[in-house]
Amino acid sequence: MAPPQQSQRSPSPSQPSGKGEVSDLKSQLRQLAGSRAPGVDDSKRELFKKVISYMTIGIDVSPLFGEMVMCSAASDIVLKKMCYLYVGNYAKVNPDLALLTINFLQRDCKDEDPMIRGLALRSLCSLRVANLVEYLVGPLGSGLKDSNSYVRMVAVIGVLKLYHISASTCVDAEFPSTLKHLMLNDPDALVVANCLSALQEIWTLEASTAEEAAREREALLSKPVVYYFLNRIKEFSEWAQCLVLELAAKYVPSDSNEIFDIMNLLEDRLQHANGAVVLATTKVFLQLTLSMADVHQQVYERIKAPLLTLVSSGSPEQSYAVLSHLHLLVMRAPYIFSGDYKHFYCQYNEPSYVKKLKLEMLTAVANESNTYEIVTELCEYAANVDIPIARESIRAVGKIALQQYDVNAIVDRLLQFLEMEKDYVTAEALVLVKDLLRKYPQWSQDCIAVVGNISSKNVQEPKAKAALIWMLGEYSQDMQDAPYALESLVENWDEEHSPEVRLHLLTAVMKCFFKKPPETQKALGAALAAGLADYHQDVHDRALFYYRLLQYNVSVAERVVNPPKQAVSVFADTQSSEVKDRIFDEFNSLSVVYQKPSYMFTDKEHRGPFEFSDELGNLSIGAESADTVVPAQSVEANDKDLLLSTTEKEDGRDLGSNGSAYSAPSYSSAATSQSHEELALTNASVLGQAPASSFAIDDLLGLDFPVGGTAAAPPPPPPSLRLNPKAVLDPGTFQQKWRQLPISSSQEYSMSPQGVALLTSPNALLKHMKDISIHCIASGGQSPNFKYFFFAQKAEETSTFLVEYIINTSSAKSQIKIKADDQSSSEAFSTLFQSALSKFGSP
Amino acid sequence: MISQFFVLSQRGDSIVFRDYRGDVQNGSTEIFFRKVKFWKEDGQEEAPPVFNVDGVNYFHVKVVGLLFVATTRVNLSPSFALELLQRIARVIKDYLGVLNEDTLRKNFVLVYELLDEVIDFGYVQTTSTEVLKSYVFNEPIVADTSRLPPLEPSAIFAQRAKRMPGIAVTKSVIATEPGGKNREEIFVDVIEKISITFSSSGYILTSEIDGTIQMKSYLTGNPEIRLALNDDLAIGRGQGPIYGAGYRSSSGSGAVILDDCNFHESVRLDSFDVDRTLSLIPPDGEFPVMNYRMTQEFRPPFRINALIEEAGSLKAEVILKICAEFGSSVTANTVKVQMPLPKYTTRVNFELNPGAVGETTDFKEANRKLEWSLKKIVGGSEHTLRAKLTFSQESHGNITKESGPVSMTFTIPMYNVSRLQVKYLQIAKKSRASEPYRWVRYVTQANSYVARI
Repeated sequence: MAPPQQSQRSPSPSQPSGKGEVSDLKSQLRQLAGSRAPGVDDSKRELFKKVISYMTIGIDVSPLFGEMVMCSAASDIVLKKMCYLYVGNYAKVNPDLALLTINFLQRDCKDEDPMIRGLALRSLCSLRVANLVEYLVGPLGSGLKDSNSYVRMVAVIGVLKLYHISASTCVDAEFPSTLKHLMLNDPDALVVANCLSALQEIWTLEASTAEEAAREREALLSKPVVYYFLNRIKEFSEWAQCLVLELAAKYVPSDSNEIFDIMNLLEDRLQHANGAVVLATTKVFLQLTLSMADVHQQVYERIKAPLLTLVSSGSPEQSYAVLSHLHLLVMRAPYIFSGDYKHFYCQYNEPSYVKKLKLEMLTAVANESNTYEIVTELCEYAANVDIPIARESIRAVGKIALQQYDVNAIVDRLLQFLEMEKDYVTAEALVLVKDLLRKYPQWSQDCIAVVGNISSKNVQEPKAKAALIWMLGEYSQDMQDAPYALESLVENWDEEHSPEVRLHLLTAVMKCFFKKPPETQKALGAALAAGLADYHQDVHDRALFYYRLLQYNVSVAERVVNPPKQAVSVFADTQSSEVKDRIFDEFNSLSVVYQKPSYMFTDKEHRGPFEFSDELGNLSIGAESADTVVPAQSVEANDKDLLLSTTEKEDGRDLGSNGSAYSAPSYSSAATSQSHEELALTNASVLGQAPASSFAIDDLLGLDFPVGGTAAAPPPPPPSLRLNPKAVLDPGTFQQKWRQLPISSSQEYSMSPQGVALLTSPNALLKHMKDISIHCIASGGQSPNFKYFFFAQKAEETSTFLVEYIINTSSAKSQIKIKADDQSSSEAFSTLFQSALSKFGSP
Repeated sequence: MISQFFVLSQRGDSIVFRDYRGDVQNGSTEIFFRKVKFWKEDGQEEAPPVFNVDGVNYFHVKVVGLLFVATTRVNLSPSFALELLQRIARVIKDYLGVLNEDTLRKNFVLVYELLDEVIDFGYVQTTSTEVLKSYVFNEPIVADTSRLPPLEPSAIFAQRAKRMPGIAVTKSVIATEPGGKNREEIFVDVIEKISITFSSSGYILTSEIDGTIQMKSYLTGNPEIRLALNDDLAIGRGQGPIYGAGYRSSSGSGAVILDDCNFHESVRLDSFDVDRTLSLIPPDGEFPVMNYRMTQEFRPPFRINALIEEAGSLKAEVILKICAEFGSSVTANTVKVQMPLPKYTTRVNFELNPGAVGETTDFKEANRKLEWSLKKIVGGSEHTLRAKLTFSQESHGNITKESGPVSMTFTIPMYNVSRLQVKYLQIAKKSRASEPYRWVRYVTQANSYVARI
């Protein structure tokens, strides 16, 4: 439907602006409306075409509504179709006029030609006018029972359209259950596929309010339904196959035999020429085998060739989509693709979006055996005429250098870049050499020899200049003329536009001064003076700071500005492993292309049928927890991966189902006050053992108090926080809150190996936490990643705290994310939570 | 779930616009076009085929200079959307015969008819040209074929797209021939795109063949077709492709080894393992029967020799030599050789072989590129170009680093490097007097043919 986009574009000669033409058309249509003359249909067609073409380019032709409807009473199907298109487009903005069309559409719905019946029904449902829904129910009901599959197919989607106009009308007419029946019984694959699409959408939207819909939605993932679809997958069109495969990827088989059966059944889908089918199949294979490490590896091997074929057989756009997925897989399992590195070489005529992905892949697959070849290839691109790609290539060489143990050969290449005398190459290479030296200080001699020859006049880009200056400062003892180079840079202080460079210059001059005081003194003085006069606040402050530091004590200043450095062993990864896992869970979706999980770019009503329980949803369950899953998952919004449940949930459901989860006020005051005392005790005894970081926070907060001399005020006692020992929350509410609330605190910790071992035995931890009124709502995961979701409520009010606690046992790191209704008390809760954790396992 | 579908011209006018869900605001065509046009300020980078603006995801593919766009708010599979766009373009082409801005504008009502049936409320219904026939009532207004380029085989590759639409013939699946009777015929094209990178010393660094067996059928009554390929065709090169060194004895024995391949929905592989025969009932319209990929060593059709040497402080000479290493019965056409030159090059004097015919040379000053076009290259022949360069400044020693690589594009009809063959094409015909016409054609085209210097 082309929405009227009038008045948005300036009229161009080829595109008339409207007014005159529209009234012209109007009178012509009038003339023809009543005419029965031979050939009148042809002239009508011509006029209709004109109307539609105006509609397409955004001219508002809605004033013609009446005339159009009058003219289309004819039997000419071409005219009818054009009129349907027109009506569908403007009915919404002209609801009164739309009523005019109901009559003839309803009549057409009973036409003997199934084509006309289908078309009329489709148009009828496309009117999108709320007060016309009463006219839809009847025709839809008979459409679903029509003997012709085309009409049924249209009717099924019609039900979905009706649902969007008026959900209650659709549900009251019991259309969803009719669709379910049709889905499981209709002989026509397209009707079945449409039923599945429609039901997924309806039940997902209904699930937030109706428990039954949530149950129905769950049931789509039950074994009989999934098998029903899988067994007839070849009857479906390639597009519907994608739908079925998407469903199968969510299915949780009960044992490994089932997994192998499904994989054998779908094996030949990997040979499909349609990339969407192959990727959907790949997702099924990857998801099914997540818990079987060795089979999972075999899957990678198996999908490699088909994916590479898709990359080279399609249009650049199609290759891009497949390459993005390949990129994700390469990042997860670089070693599997390390032999195929030549497939990721760039071709000169590829668009830059493809080349960039390939460069990232080359970086990822580089290892001891192929680095030489890859870096040689990258060096070719560095000399390329395509400057953005040349830059990316140099960065790629740098990244490879930083991830390798043996950088011998790479350093030489990087240094050659510096000698290429192309501005952008030099600039990129300087930044890289700097990072390289931070990781491998032992290479300083070789690098400095080359860097020393570079005149700062040839370097313009701020990042590169800053890198050069950093090296001048850091290695001034090895560079004869470092003080003079810095001095000349200081002389041009006013011409230096980038504050970043000026900051670096200040620090570098300081460093140089400590190493070569006599030569640098002059430059230092000039730099400090210039810095103090600088208009940029940071530069000014740093200069002032250095100046006072030097005044106070030079050796202290040296310890502050130029302390001995440790080589950086690993540069920080930009993406957390949690985010990466989530992207992997959303394989074969835009998340992979954007390299972000879906919640970062879609609003929640558009997350798709099974994605919306994004926070709890992607925990995977261990084999044993599958048994504990309560079969009747009445809790709405619970996904297939139902987590290890705790006993609270039983209570929670009772209360939660009548909506009183928050206001459970029925506890005797005696009981609560007693537990409060206990809790207060716990708090006190625990504080001593709380992780140091929580004190650091207290100290920071303590700055608010005037600090007089040595007798600093004692840190304020944490506000006492009383938790409701019998707090209840049902998972649906938890998820909803988790989505809505902002993160009020997020912290990462390292843990001792003993701590790690303890934390991975969930039951003990859950009991321990429960004792202090922090309840677990869900937990799960597989080594090395475990995840817990806790909640707690304040004793005296219905304010809830939500916690996500992630433990990575291999890196011995844990992460706590807290969300709270009441932001002001979240700090106190955070302290309480951490102290409870630290107390766990130390009897 | 697709919210909108539209086709924009190169200038950004919407030629066709269909909204399916009504959940994307007006003006999405303008938002999209502005984003694509100004992706990066310097204009150096193309917009990726998928991007997100204010919660709306835009997918697009470029077909014959037109932008086919879909929008959605949901987290859709990008392959799904892009495959679909490509397919819609192909279906439209099946109906219009020729797909370009002009035919699209002339036939937009027919295109709307198609779009209504292809997608309903955002869900794909069917993209089968054949199924769609029963829903389409408008007659295509066919392009004036006399104005189209002549149908020599190389016209197949008139478009520079990576996947060649492989215009088997430019006639609509529903248009009737002037004579009133449709000719019974079937076209099978074996199209191979080759990618080679030669090192500066002439060794092959990487090579790959991406092939497609494309079919377009105008047979009535949907007869079954059997397509037999080489008996010695093998699929799968074992674990990890082996490049360069260490080719197995296969290259001598003449076996054709594909790394991998995939097949169209309609293809049945019942006897493929036994006798390498594909059987299928071809749907109407144009479609790829099989795509294949091959890294097996092959004899490159052209050898490129490139030499650049200094001749004095502000001068240098480039010598390019192209040797056609295929039989003299075969002729390559529309050959073009390009080479970037040092950026301080101001003037180039060309010198061709004496008696050279159909060769043109050019120095593109804007991007400092040397271009050498040859209308025809007969198998076994050799062509040389000398170019004298004049520089505006003294070169800093290494001019080879400042120029190259040499790239080449060409089309070689009736030639394929993989030696994959269609041994026979059998049509199970039910008692009809006239035998249908069968066309099996081979074409090799350069995809990325590069020699470093």
